[in-house]
Amino acid sequence: MTDLTRKTAAELAELMTSGQASSVEVTQAHLDRIAAVDGDVHAFLHVDAEGALAQAKAVDTKRAAGEQLAPLAGVPLALKDVLTQEGVPTTAGSKILEGWKPPYDSTVVKRLKAAGIVILGKTNMDEFAMGSSTENSAYGTTHNPWDLSRIPGGSGGGSSAAISAYEAPLAIGTDTGGSIRQPGAFTGTVGVKPTYGGTSRYGLIALASSLDTPGPCARTTLDAALLHEAIAGYDPMDSTSINQPVPAVVEAARDGDVAGLRIGVVKELGGEGYQPGVEARFHEAVELLTKLGAEVVEVSCPHFEYALPAYYLILPSEASSNLARFDAMRYGLRVGDNGENSAEKVTSLTREAGFGAEVKRRIILGTHALSSGYYDAYYGQAQKVRTLIARDFAKAYEQVDVLVSPATPTTAFAIGDRIDDPIAMYKNDLCTIPSNLAGNAAASFPCGLADEDGLPVGFHVMAPVMRDDLCYQVGAALESALAEQWGGVLMTKAPELGVTR
Amino acid sequence: MTVAADVLEIDDALAQYDPVMGLEVHVELNTKSKMFCGCPTEFGAPPNTQTCPVCLGLPGALPVVNARGVESAIKIGLALNCEIAEWCRFARKNYFYPDMPKNFQTSQYDEPIAFNGWTEVVVDGETYRIEIERAHMEEDTGKSTHVGGATGRIHGASHSLVDYNRAGIPLIEIVTKTIEVPGEKAAAVARAYVSMLRDLLLALGVSDVRMDQGSLRCDANVSLKPRGSSTLGTRTETKNVNSFRSVERAITYEITRQAAVLSSGGKVVQETRHWHEDTGVTTSGREKSDADDYRYFPEPDLVPVAPSREWVEELRATLPEAPSVRRARLQEDWGFTDLEMRDVINGNALEPIVATVELGVTPAAAKKWWLGELARSANESGQELDALGVGPEQVAEVQKLVDEGTLNDKLARQVFEGLLAGEGTPAEIIEKRGLALVSDDSALIEAIDRAIAANPDVVEKVNSGKPAAAGALIGAVMKDMRGQADAAKVRQLLNEKLGI
Amino acid sequence: MPSITREEVAHLARLARIELTDDELDHLAPQLDQIIELVGQVSQVAADDIPPTSHALPLTNVMRADENVPCLTPEQALSGAPAQEEQRFRVPRILEED
Repeated sequence: MTDLTRKTAAELAELMTSGQASSVEVTQAHLDRIAAVDGDVHAFLHVDAEGALAQAKAVDTKRAAGEQLAPLAGVPLALKDVLTQEGVPTTAGSKILEGWKPPYDSTVVKRLKAAGIVILGKTNMDEFAMGSSTENSAYGTTHNPWDLSRIPGGSGGGSSAAISAYEAPLAIGTDTGGSIRQPGAFTGTVGVKPTYGGTSRYGLIALASSLDTPGPCARTTLDAALLHEAIAGYDPMDSTSINQPVPAVVEAARDGDVAGLRIGVVKELGGEGYQPGVEARFHEAVELLTKLGAEVVEVSCPHFEYALPAYYLILPSEASSNLARFDAMRYGLRVGDNGENSAEKVTSLTREAGFGAEVKRRIILGTHALSSGYYDAYYGQAQKVRTLIARDFAKAYEQVDVLVSPATPTTAFAIGDRIDDPIAMYKNDLCTIPSNLAGNAAASFPCGLADEDGLPVGFHVMAPVMRDDLCYQVGAALESALAEQWGGVLMTKAPELGVTR
Repeated sequence: MTVAADVLEIDDALAQYDPVMGLEVHVELNTKSKMFCGCPTEFGAPPNTQTCPVCLGLPGALPVVNARGVESAIKIGLALNCEIAEWCRFARKNYFYPDMPKNFQTSQYDEPIAFNGWTEVVVDGETYRIEIERAHMEEDTGKSTHVGGATGRIHGASHSLVDYNRAGIPLIEIVTKTIEVPGEKAAAVARAYVSMLRDLLLALGVSDVRMDQGSLRCDANVSLKPRGSSTLGTRTETKNVNSFRSVERAITYEITRQAAVLSSGGKVVQETRHWHEDTGVTTSGREKSDADDYRYFPEPDLVPVAPSREWVEELRATLPEAPSVRRARLQEDWGFTDLEMRDVINGNALEPIVATVELGVTPAAAKKWWLGELARSANESGQELDALGVGPEQVAEVQKLVDEGTLNDKLARQVFEGLLAGEGTPAEIIEKRGLALVSDDSALIEAIDRAIAANPDVVEKVNSGKPAAAGALIGAVMKDMRGQADAAKVRQLLNEKLGI
Repeated sequence: MPSITREEVAHLARLARIELTDDELDHLAPQLDQIIELVGQVSQVAADDIPPTSHALPLTNVMRADENVPCLTPEQALSGAPAQEEQRFRVPRILEED
């Protein structure tokens, strides 16, 4: 029998629909793969074998009974540990939530369950999604399946590594400044940040409320689109959710035609600080799209250079407030409750012990930025910069349909390389942050390997608000053209992992 | 804990200083669900039975605004003659406290839904205008029970137990601008304002306004300035003054305390103070400091509220008449003199009388009971009139018994006594205390016969053409009947007997 | 002169209820100084007449009807509590001992 873990989600769905495989078989194959390779990769914080198999069995039973099932019913998935799943440990990569079992499902999880998608377990991440490498996880770093000495990107490194290591065909990530797209780029997989408000944040442990966006991770554009469709759409539990139909992402991913599409290359996202191999693959991809009939022009977005500073004001400010609830009173860790210490002392001791260095750094930065006397100069100004960035986008979209850039300035770096240089770490997200600030859709698609290190490079597509379909259109065109060159998607070039157990 | 500083006599204090007040009133709305989630808002439910991920502040949970909460806020704003914001936002007020699940309160900061209003109160026949700074929406906190200390106090407690049922219940905070009225009226004006607000909120139907359940809570800011000066003094904020009477008492106390501090050359400390109902003093809470940096910022989990002008006008059309207009109308309907009406207002008896009249009692009778027996009892026990446990229904019931001749006023007073003592329904009290008037003619006739037999001299006088002397016989009969006879009936029967 | 001092960081840590060690303060203060220098750039960019943006689409008036939905059971509500007593969350004394 063929290795079920090498199949795409769409293929697995087809196998199950036609009765050639059961969800239990598919799920078990992935659980076996996790058991075999996750010791090296460490993509998962928690594997819920029992729950996954029960879910798979339920789907099989329904299918046997002839029930109408959703397109991805029975396909397994890895869930970023930042989304609540009732009764399943959820830590957001932090010690402060160790052992916490939420009493409720996030909206994304509700929709996954409703679609019959089997949740294998929770994936590793930088603590509270603060980071670009998973090195800030309180539970150890995830390794990049392409090179185990390198980071897989972050914060959703676990999700992207899981699909890259064939531990799951699909994963859910969340993207606040690039946490889906940057790990996607680093692991040779597809990562999509939907339009802010296009997917529900209810049950997503908040980092920065005005930026956080859940989205799909997959090995192919079509798989990502199928997952996108399953989780997206209006949610009355999230006040910032957009009450409009989900863009036709699956159709766009199947279509993949860029003839006549106007593509803008963002002048400011390239040049100094960008790895030559990254730029080479990026420009080749642009060439390829031109050959496929796209009209390519260069576009300037002059305020993008202020995206990073604005982001590092808005995010810490909102995070400092969002993370205040971790106070040792209602759930999670409690330190120093010796009968003498006051609640305030216990809270302070718990937060000292339970938060990692980056979380403390950002909470203190955010506390500073919101302090009286600083608010206008910092948070207030940063919100104005968002307007300028949104205007840059709006102006560009008068000329072009989508904007493109490399997804990241470099390929995956070595574990430990930037851990004590916060600013170098922050610069990972230069290309991805503008779309979080403006809230538009954006995605990263694999576009080859850098010559210097043989590591994957991501091609970044930015589409207007609620035009998520355009990302898929470009991604699908690129994917099929490259697959023709390579004789398969980029992932087929990934080195085989040693099967340890 | 600081013990009360010396205080001046209020007259001495006011001879030297003019008080300046500001009042912040928090009102719990009577919505079915909480401000940002669908949990019920019942008072007194078992602990932590009315919570969900949102109001418990669980990781990942998100708020959604209760439309009825916004509607109520707009109604309150309109009733206080405020402008209603065309566009406003919620803001996070960041501070840590165990009863606050998210460690920020979702509130409004520089964009309140209602602002720049005014209202009027009447004290001793004088009308005072109170300027309203703002009314904004926010959420309540959970409730802590303190264990291991003396009588449930937070001081000296070993630990606390938190119930989050109340967390997230919608609150409207109504803030006045500074109130400057003649010093001797200040405390009474403050009391009248809070009492007026209570009536207004009840009339709007937006709150149950149960002060005993904490659904209306008042913080009073007080400062003093030397008489005739325009320089504002340092203010204190006395928290959670939770009855009309204590508003008046707490403000009077703060005036006399601050006057003592100032006149002895000291400085008033800007601080939060706590009111102690039992001892009638305020004590120092925490000092205001830089640590109170609330780091307000617009709540990113919510979107702006932009009430359409059409909606605002629709709500305006539903408002009940303004209190001053209503008072004038009631006075005319009831035929009360200005003086009588003033007594009613000052006695906080307006609403009870309205309710009693609605039950068919004449205004005069309703006033008689509410300002008489019931007001006296409220005064003696230091309670509000509406917290006595005797309501308009019972007053109407008693009055009906009087009208029917089952009771006279004297007996009715005893029934009220029983009602106040919790002895049961009027019928039960009459039964238990044996209070009903004797309407049985034969019993009365027997008593009359006894009186005639015992007072031959009086009978003689009556027979000799002095009918007025019969009064002594009626007195004797009433005494015999221990007051439980209808005097008119006795007179009628006696007259028949004596043939006059 | 640094844009943020060690003392200021210590004050912020108190506001944020994090009991930082001296070592952490030594390490964090210069890092924050660097970061604040980076983020401080925003103060020069936008003119006064630029309105702020908070979300992708300018939504307003997102409200729910005043209706009840099922609550958590008290067992669920308290399931994560570090300590509980009498169906309430047990928390340490709120005031410091005098």
